[in-house]
Amino acid sequence: MGFFVETLIGGLMAGMLYSLVALGFVLIFKASGVFNFAQGAMVLFAALAMARFAVWIPGWLGIDNALLGNILAFLAAGGLMFAVAWVIERLVLRHLVNQEGATLLMATLGIAYILEGLGTSIFGSDIYKIDIGMPKDPVMILEGTFEGGLLINKEDFVAALIAAVLVGLLTLFFQKTSTGRALRAVADDHQAAQSIGIPLNRIWVIVWCVAGVVALVAGVIWGSKLGVQFSLATVALRALPVVILGGLTSVPGAILGGLIIGVGEKLSEVYLGPHIGGGIEIWFSYQLALVFLLFRPQGLFGEKIIDRV
Amino acid sequence: MLYRENGQFKTSYADDQQIFPIAQDRWLIIGLLVFAFIGVPLLVDEYLFRAILIPFLILSLAALGVNILVGFCGQITLGAGAFMAVGAYAAYNFHIRVDGMPLLVSFLLGGLTSALVGIFFGIPSLRVRGLYLAVATLAAQFFTDWVFLRVPWFTDNASSGSVSVSNLHILSWEIASPLDKYLFCLALLTVFALAAKNMTRCAVGRQWMAIRDMDVAAEVIGIRPMFAKLSAFAVSSFYVGIAGALWGFIHLASWEPAAFSVDRSFQLLFMVIIGGLGSVMGSFFGAAFIVILPIALNQFLPALGGLFGMTISTAGISHAELIIFGALIIFFLIKEPHGIARLWSTGKEKLRLWPFPH
Repeated sequence: MGFFVETLIGGLMAGMLYSLVALGFVLIFKASGVFNFAQGAMVLFAALAMARFAVWIPGWLGIDNALLGNILAFLAAGGLMFAVAWVIERLVLRHLVNQEGATLLMATLGIAYILEGLGTSIFGSDIYKIDIGMPKDPVMILEGTFEGGLLINKEDFVAALIAAVLVGLLTLFFQKTSTGRALRAVADDHQAAQSIGIPLNRIWVIVWCVAGVVALVAGVIWGSKLGVQFSLATVALRALPVVILGGLTSVPGAILGGLIIGVGEKLSEVYLGPHIGGGIEIWFSYQLALVFLLFRPQGLFGEKIIDRV
Repeated sequence: MLYRENGQFKTSYADDQQIFPIAQDRWLIIGLLVFAFIGVPLLVDEYLFRAILIPFLILSLAALGVNILVGFCGQITLGAGAFMAVGAYAAYNFHIRVDGMPLLVSFLLGGLTSALVGIFFGIPSLRVRGLYLAVATLAAQFFTDWVFLRVPWFTDNASSGSVSVSNLHILSWEIASPLDKYLFCLALLTVFALAAKNMTRCAVGRQWMAIRDMDVAAEVIGIRPMFAKLSAFAVSSFYVGIAGALWGFIHLASWEPAAFSVDRSFQLLFMVIIGGLGSVMGSFFGAAFIVILPIALNQFLPALGGLFGMTISTAGISHAELIIFGALIIFFLIKEPHGIARLWSTGKEKLRLWPFPH
C-alpha cells in the first residue's frame, strides 16, 4: 500500500510538470487558435538561456552571490522570451491570420526548428546544469501510517509547489486584471473583441509572452531536474496527451489532465510495464488520452463542439 | 501561344473525362515519363541516384499517401511515420518468414497490413477531428516506435534491433545497383500515382472531398462518413506502407525503428503542405523541396561561408541548416499557403494567355 501511494504521489508530481508545459499550449490556443508545436522548443530555448545566463551574467558583472546571479539570469531569460514572442508575432503570426489550423501548426513547427537551431548555436549544445538551490535529498514522511513510510523527493515537491503558485498567479492575472479580461475576450470571440477596440496584435504578443514565461518556468524546473539538453524539446510531445485529455481550451483541464496523465504513466510503468516490457509510458499516455477522446471528443473541460451546416 | 487548347475538340465522353484534357499536358507528361525512364539513367551518376533521386521517389509515394488523407479527406495525421514502419516491418516479416515469397507480393502484403493498422488507428477520426485527431494519430506513432523496438518477434530476434535484407530480385531481375533501384521505385510510383489520380476523380475521391469540405453536410446528402473516412485511412496507409517497405528494403537495406520516427511524420506533413494540399502533383513538388533543400544547404553553406572568409564548423552548419529550413518553411507558408501546386497552376493560367495577356 505504501508503495502504491508513493507511486501515486510521484505521478502527481510529474503530472504537475506536464501541466506546466500543457499550460503553454492552452494559453496560446485559447487566445489565437494556434496549436503551438514550438512550446517544447521554447522550453528548451528558455532553459538554455537561463543556464548560460546564470554563468555569464555573474562573470560579466563580477557578482559572487549565487541567488542574485540566478535572479538576474531569470530576468534576462524572461526578457529574451519576451523578445522571441514579439518577433514571432511580428514576423509569423501576423501574416498567417485566418489560415487553416494545419498551416498554422506547420508554421509553429518551423518556429520550433528555428528556435532549436538558434538556441544551440547561441548557447552551445552541451548539457548544462541549472542550479537554483533545489533540495535534492529525499525525505520519509508518514512513517506512522504506512509500514516503512513514504519516500518523497523534496525536489519534486518544491517543483510542484512552484507550478501550483504559477497556476494561481496566472488565474489571478486572467480573472482580475484588465489585460487578463481582454485576453479572455479575445479567446471567446476574435471579431467581437476587435469590434470593441481590443488590439488583437498586442494581445497575441502578450499571450506569447505569458507562454514564454510559462516555458521559462517549466524549463528551469525540468532543467534543474534532468539537466538542460536537447531532449528537453521533446517534452512538448509528452505534454500533448495532457492537452487533448484536458481539452484544448481549458486551463483547469490542463492541470487536471496533467495530473491524470502523470499518475497514469507512473502506475502503468510500475504495474503494467514489467508484464509487457518497459518503456511504455511514452505511448501509454497517448492511448489513455485516446480512450478519453472516444467518450468526450472535446476533452474533459473543452468547449462543446457544435457543428452547423 | 504554345499552351492553349484552341481547336482541340472533344468528340466523345472519353475525351471529356481524360486526366489531361489538354494535348500539351499529355505530351508533357509522356515526355517527362520517357525522360525519367530513359533519359535520367543515361545522364545521372550513382551519387545522385542514391542521395536524391531514390529518396525523392519513395518519399513522393509516401507524400501521395499522406496527401490522400490530409489533402483530400481533411483528416490531419501526424502518424505517417508509423505506417511507414508498419509497412516496412510487415513486408520484412513476410519476406523472411515465408519461403520463396516474391518481393512484390511481400510489398503488397506489407501495404495491406499497414492499411489494416491504418483503419484501426483511423477509428478515432469518427469521433474527433482537427487538431485533436492530429494528436490522436501521434498515438499510432509512439505505439509503433515502441512495438518495433521492444517486441523481438517483429525484428526476427535480431540482437542489435536492426534488420537487414539482401539479395532482392523480381523473377530474374536482380535489384542491386542504384540504377535498378531507381527504375523499380519509378515504376511502382508511376503505377500508384496514376491510381491515386484516378481514385481522386471517381466516386470515392469525391466522397473524401465532400467529407473534407464539411462532414456534417456530406452526411446529410447521403455520404457515409465512416466508410469515407476509414477508406481514406486505409488507402493512405497502404500507400505510406508501401513507401515504408521501399524505404527500408530499397533505400536503406538495413534499418532500425528510428528510421520511421516522429520526425519522419512531420517531414511528410511538411511535404504535403508545402507541395499543396489536395493535389497529386503537389506531393511530388513537396517531396522534391524537402529532399533537396537540406542537401543543397549542406553544399551551399560552406561555400557561402568561404566567400566571406569564414569557416563554419560542422555543428554550426547543422544549426544554420535547421534555422534556414525553419525560416524557409515559414516563408513559404506565408507567401503561398496553398503550396507549390498553386504556383504551378497559376503559372499554367498565365501561360495560356501568353504572350498577349489582355
